[in-house]
Amino acid sequence: MKVKIKVWRQAGPNEKGAFKTYDVDGILPEMSLLETLDVLNEQLTKAGEEPVAFDSDCREGICGACGLMVNGMAHGPRRKCTSCELRMRHFGEGAMITVEPFRARAFPVIKDLVVDRSAFDRIIAAGGYTSVNAGSAPDANSILIPKDKAEKAMDSAACIGCGACVAACPNASASLFVGAKITQFSLLPQGQAERDRRALRMVAQMDEEGFGNCSNHAECEAACPKGISISNIANMRREYMHAGRVYEEHAGGGGAG
Amino acid sequence: MSKPQIWKSTVGKKVLASVSGLALVAFVIVHLIGNLTLFVGRDGKLFNSYAHHLESLGPLLYVAEVGLILIVVLHIATALGVRIGQRRARPQGYGVYGSKHGPSKQTLASRSMAITGVIILLFIPLHVWMFKFNAGRGFTDVDFDGHSVKDLYLVVLTAFKDPMKAWAYVGIMALLGLHLRHGFWSAFQSLGAFAPKRLPAFYAAGLICALLLAAGFIALPLYLLYCGPDPATLRGGVGG
Repeated sequence: MKVKIKVWRQAGPNEKGAFKTYDVDGILPEMSLLETLDVLNEQLTKAGEEPVAFDSDCREGICGACGLMVNGMAHGPRRKCTSCELRMRHFGEGAMITVEPFRARAFPVIKDLVVDRSAFDRIIAAGGYTSVNAGSAPDANSILIPKDKAEKAMDSAACIGCGACVAACPNASASLFVGAKITQFSLLPQGQAERDRRALRMVAQMDEEGFGNCSNHAECEAACPKGISISNIANMRREYMHAGRVYEEHAGGGGAG
Repeated sequence: MSKPQIWKSTVGKKVLASVSGLALVAFVIVHLIGNLTLFVGRDGKLFNSYAHHLESLGPLLYVAEVGLILIVVLHIATALGVRIGQRRARPQGYGVYGSKHGPSKQTLASRSMAITGVIILLFIPLHVWMFKFNAGRGFTDVDFDGHSVKDLYLVVLTAFKDPMKAWAYVGIMALLGLHLRHGFWSAFQSLGAFAPKRLPAFYAAGLICALLLAAGFIALPLYLLYCGPDPATLRGGVGG
């Protein structure tokens, strides 16, 4: 196969970027889009040009490292699919494929297609955790959870934090990501102690990072490689408003000491 | 973080925009039901007596009007806050952008909420001027069963006999329908109402609600324009 790749080139965070179009030959239909970029980079390296920078790690759709805007859609036109799983057979012979970085104020471009998604890490650090004693692994099934709750929690926990929801959202909102994390913990016993504080802090951090507000376009659900439902966003709102009514930070200092 | 300021958050603003939006939907529904009296009879008796009853509410009417204005202000303020945040969230747009469809509810309606909202906002004062403050001028009272009431029916009929005005109303009401197509179901989603299974039903209900309201408001001016009685001969000298 022969394709044309129109890709965003940007030398650094503060440099001006632009699209550049390359012809790439010798592509197999079984190859992924990332492998096609690998072929392109080999071609560029041989020609003495700077290769295209892009993120990838597992290349099997579970790590969330890759994230490209392909022909105007986060992770490309296929549903429930990451950029690394997107095969070249989905594009025709001689197709023009436009590849751009995820765009959001909270996801600044570092180079070419690589964006800084540490805003997600800061949201997680604000409340997306449960406090447990680290050390030896706890016994499996020591806390019993009904099947339906476990399944629902797993649906939300399927989030790989790739940022496609933000990229696809016309408003660059992170509501699906934050909603999925809040929902996951709200369904499990381990998440109860910090439940209200978590909702308040994660939403506050999301706002602080400069993500846009959700307008319920539901484009995030369509873009999510794990098909996470916008009902997680509805749940985030319930959790947040409830927490806002009942939660008050403990004013005192120490604990039992 | 002592007591969280929930109403300043993106979630809180959206809740306020939804509650005020739903209150406005309720008002629009009542408004339409009232206006449907225009279809009854060919002398506007029912419509005029409905309008007369509203006017006779006296101070209560002022309370309702001030309440409505406050709700509109709240809706605009929160929606504007949401909108400004969105603009800032993506300073650089995409070269190519498209919807992935499937579960996406990104439509012309959802993308044009701000524009349709602003047009409806500009329309409100014009509409109130046409049928409330300007309605007394050049029009007279009419007698029904011994009661003298303002002949608002004649005002409305005369206005909509002008095809320009009637079709302008049709256009704006279509935009109202477009606004509600996204706004109505979206308000429930913003209030956290949905389990995944119920979402498609609510989304469909949003469409039906928008279609019914828009159809009602669109039918009225068209009915008066093409099927309404001739305003010149309507009163036949009665009421001057």
